[in-house]
Parts: sequence; structure tokens; C-alpha cells
Amino acid sequence: MSDGPPVSPNVSIGALFWGFLIVGVSGFGGVMPFAHRMLVEHRRWLTEREFTEALSLSQFLPGPNIVNLSVIVGRRLQGTAGAIVATVGLLLLPLVIVLVLATLFAQVSHVDAVRGACSGVSAAASGLILSVAVKMARPIRRTPPQLAFAAVTFAAIALLRLPLLWVLAVLAPLSIGFAWWKRP
Amino acid sequence: MINPVLFELTLQFLMLSLLSIGGANAIIPEMHLRAVDVKHWMTDADFSQMFALSQAAPGPNVLIVSLIGWKVAGVTGGVVSMAAMCIPSFVLTYQIARAWDRFRDAPLRIAIERGLAPVTVGLILSSGYVLTRTTDHGAMAYALTGATLVLALATRIHPLWALAVGAGLGAAGLV
Repeated sequence: MSDGPPVSPNVSIGALFWGFLIVGVSGFGGVMPFAHRMLVEHRRWLTEREFTEALSLSQFLPGPNIVNLSVIVGRRLQGTAGAIVATVGLLLLPLVIVLVLATLFAQVSHVDAVRGACSGVSAAASGLILSVAVKMARPIRRTPPQLAFAAVTFAAIALLRLPLLWVLAVLAPLSIGFAWWKRP
Repeated sequence: MINPVLFELTLQFLMLSLLSIGGANAIIPEMHLRAVDVKHWMTDADFSQMFALSQAAPGPNVLIVSLIGWKVAGVTGGVVSMAAMCIPSFVLTYQIARAWDRFRDAPLRIAIERGLAPVTVGLILSSGYVLTRTTDHGAMAYALTGATLVLALATRIHPLWALAVGAGLGAAGLV
């Protein structure tokens, strides 16, 4: 993989806040592609390789992936203050907008067309989430034990409606132990 | 005196922050279980509406957390839930990022990543299933979910189009 153009290491706190502020309101149902465009293509704060590494770490850890990414990038560029500023910048406007929307929505939520639009958006968005699950399952589809762990997780959470804490406390160590045992 | 509902919301999301392997979408079934079935804070229809709003607003998909909080305890609930959802994972990510260069190629990290992958698949699939069961009433809604699934897998169509078509069909009373 190419390391791309040279990276500018001197990023001010203000620039960090502003950059993530714009990323935050750029996408719907996920803003990761916009984070990539801002960080790698426009402002060149990260190389393609650095972005990929930060992304894989942010997906590996619990928590909202894009928030984890803002912590990693903010920390690298400006330490603790950078991590805080990038995260607050990312979430500030979306949070304000969604709470304003919700307050307005409460005024009109009894209107049939509004209720209907919500049902339509939910139905389509459910299909999008199912498609994400199918795409994520592709890398493990030829490994029957891993498919079995996915199936047991699905049965426990979706069908039996068991609490997430207990499901993860049992299944995560088993699945990690299996991966450790089968390590190349 | 501390509002007991706010306190409970905070505790819930502080815990879910560290359980959300695969991001905010992975904890949708648990949020639904807690908010609808266990605590009776809202109905299926309310939950479905909060999910729709979170998708229709710009920003990361973790916004569903602030809307659950808002539905239960107003604007304060929304802000507090979002903070509780982000602070524990913030601290963990910050600490791990410091040690990442040493940790990156460790066999244990690779085993953790490989082991968590199938669990994450199961969680996201559960979210899709629970959302479909919660939000879809009738053949048209199931058809819309199925069509979106197929289109998202088979084409490179922008997801916003699916949401816009869904909103249009729904507003016309067809879903």
C-alpha cells in the first residue's frame, strides 16, 4: 500500500475541532467515509496506512467506532486535549440536531403521514443493518466453528433475548480461546 | 436528589459502552430488551420511531443512544446517555492506543480480534432481526426490508436513497 502524500504533523486544537465538527454532520447512519476523506484526502493528517491502522483498532475496541477513531487520531495529533476536542467536535452538532429534531417530532408524531414515514425509514434501515451483518459474515463463511459462534450469539440475543452482559461473558472468552487454540 | 431514571440510564450506558463490540448497532437488541421489555419505558412503536429518527438525522449511528435517553428523560436524558455511552470506551481506547505499537502484532491481540469477529456478526444480525420484528407490521414493510437488503448487497446504491424511498412510501400510507 502506498503511503500517499506527506503528512502535516502540526495540527492545531482549533483545526482538529473544526475538522471533526464537519465530519460529524456529514453522513447519515454512519460517517466513517467522510472521516476518511477529511483525514487522508483533504487535510492529510494521516496517510492511507495510518488511517487503516487507526480504523482497525477503533473497530476492534468496544464503543462507537467513529468515536474511537476520533480518540486515536486526536490523541496522536494533540495528546489528551486533542482526543477530547476531536470527540466533542464529532458529537456536538449531531447531538444538538437530533435532540431538536426529536423535540419537533414530538409535536407532530400523531400525524399519520409522519408515523408512516417513520415506519418506512425503520423498515428500510433494518434492511441496511441486515446487509451489514451479511457483509461482515463473508470473511468467516468458510470457517464452520466461527459460523457456529455467530449462530449461537444470534440465538442467545435475538431468539432467547438473554442479557448481553451474560452472553458476552460466556461466548467471548470461548470464541477467543478457540481462535487462540487454532492460531497459525 | 438524583433522578432515579437518569441514574439508571447512566448506569446502563456506562456498561453498554464497554459491551458494544462492533459499535452502537451491536447493542440495539439490548437497548430494546431493557427499554421495552424489562423497564417498560416505551412501546415497540416508540422504539421504532427513535430508531427511524436516529437514521434520518445526520451523524454517527450512536445517536440512537441519545434518543432512547431523550424518550425516557428529555433533553437531559439524551445528553447524559450519550456521555455515559462514550466516556468508558473513550478511556479504554485512549489507554490502548498508547500501548498499540507494542500490542499490534501480539498473538493474543490477533486471537482476540479473530474470536470477537463471529460474535460481532451474531450481534449485528440480531440487531437486524430485532428491528425487523419490532418495526415491520405487514407484508409491505417486510418487502421493503427485504428489497433494501438485496439492493444493499447487490448494488452500490447510496443508503440514503433506501431511507428516502422508505419515508416516501410510508408517508403515503403504504408501509
